[in-house]
Amino acid sequence: MSESVVDPDEVRHVADLARVDLDDDEVERFTEQFADILSYFETLDEVPEVEREAELTNVMRPDESHEGLSQDEALENAPDSEAGHFKGPKVS
Amino acid sequence: MATEYNAYISDETIEGADEGALAGKTVAVKDNISTKGVQTTCGSSMLAGYVPPYDATVVERLTAAGATVPGKTNMDEFGMGTTTETSAYGPVENPAAPGHVPGGSSGGSAAVVAAGDADMALGTDTGGSIRCPAAFCGVVGIKPTYGLVSRYGLVAYANSLEQIGPIAPTVEEAAELLEVIAGPDEHDATTRDHEGATEGLADAADGDVDGLSIGVPTELVEAADEAVVETFWDAIDELEAQGASYHEVDLPSVEHAVEAYYVIAMSEASSNLARFDGVRYGLSASEASGGYEGNWNESFANAREEGFGEEVKRRVLLGTYALSAGYHDKYYKKAQDARAWVKQDFDEALSEADVLASPTMPIPPMEMGESLDDPLTMYLADANTTPVNLANLPAISVPAGETDDGLPVGLQLVGPAFGEKQLIRAGSALA
Repeated sequence: MSESVVDPDEVRHVADLARVDLDDDEVERFTEQFADILSYFETLDEVPEVEREAELTNVMRPDESHEGLSQDEALENAPDSEAGHFKGPKVS
Repeated sequence: MATEYNAYISDETIEGADEGALAGKTVAVKDNISTKGVQTTCGSSMLAGYVPPYDATVVERLTAAGATVPGKTNMDEFGMGTTTETSAYGPVENPAAPGHVPGGSSGGSAAVVAAGDADMALGTDTGGSIRCPAAFCGVVGIKPTYGLVSRYGLVAYANSLEQIGPIAPTVEEAAELLEVIAGPDEHDATTRDHEGATEGLADAADGDVDGLSIGVPTELVEAADEAVVETFWDAIDELEAQGASYHEVDLPSVEHAVEAYYVIAMSEASSNLARFDGVRYGLSASEASGGYEGNWNESFANAREEGFGEEVKRRVLLGTYALSAGYHDKYYKKAQDARAWVKQDFDEALSEADVLASPTMPIPPMEMGESLDDPLTMYLADANTTPVNLANLPAISVPAGETDDGLPVGLQLVGPAFGEKQLIRAGSALA
């Protein structure tokens, strides 16, 4: 368990990386649950290194244009749009 | 009635063609499969009111085959759950075991079939999400080989693991639906054109198990609940009586399948769900409580706090953690090693058996509300289903009987890649 001690700051940091705000109750619950879950994940250490014999082949197709969604259709579900563009909050 | 157990998120009807293999049948569709002009929420507030501008390939195929879609079924939010209790639209109750969960994440799809409100249904299975609810509701569910069914139009949770598949009262009907949706699709480059994999599936449901060799992985039976194990062996006895034989096999790698599955699924989810930014579709960042206050990142994080439920946040965060600098090798890379190991184990076991049999779920359906506070315990319930997704193999869950308390138990059969016919033939001896 020692390696996977998770503190509230770490949960907040990961939430920040994932762009998900959390309230204090969630931070508290997640701190406790993540410690359990991550220490369980650590049993993956027992997995031997495995020769991976994936038979992968590239699947290619000709680079031709096809009919797709129209601009109007693509914007249909956007809460906010302007002049054919998605409209979002300011970038910085 | 489906409304009593909350199985539909919307009951808008989509009419099918007049003729075809499914003419006159109703096929309910899980709400993470895109339906043109009909709301598709994935069980999340994040997508409340989202109306896809196109149909998923499977929806095109089943309506072209004459099926009518009676509604979009309730599900764990984005497929993340084993009980269909994490939906933003409320939990689903099990019509076959009132007071209990229907299993998840395709709980609504299994429930409408079990209650007779739809003839068949489509579910999706990332780590057991078709087989678990099929087992808990006493119906049949098939998780196809990875690449047999197009995922085009399926809202992604964990691309490398998930498949769309059928849920139906009998193996034959499930096979009929699978035959309609299976086959290559130019819109999904991971579909495969495997010779003979898509024809004659329904005809294979002849119940002939004479000479069938069944391998029973001890690891997947020993850890199961006593009542489940008893019902499982009764079903094996029945197959034996019809001419099949069984032997025990070892799959040591499956002891690590659950953690490997969750690391991979959460990692893929953390990337897939990054698309929900409150700007392009779904919950509006400008209307979320913070509005367009602050910069893009702040507004984005605010919309996601409001739009995602707790289980989704948990998985997105854990996935982000597992992929972050310094932890990638420790979690993600080891999980991929485990995945390769599981695959090798299955290939070896299937070289000496036609199918592998185990209980679908190690436990009978939980009581409603019982599993929500302890996510790790809920994850562990996926012990028997997740290895199959890691190995990209097909599997079927058929009703094996009931516990003494009258709770449904499912038998899972796993076959070689594109060996659906073998599973359909064997499963049809029971249901």
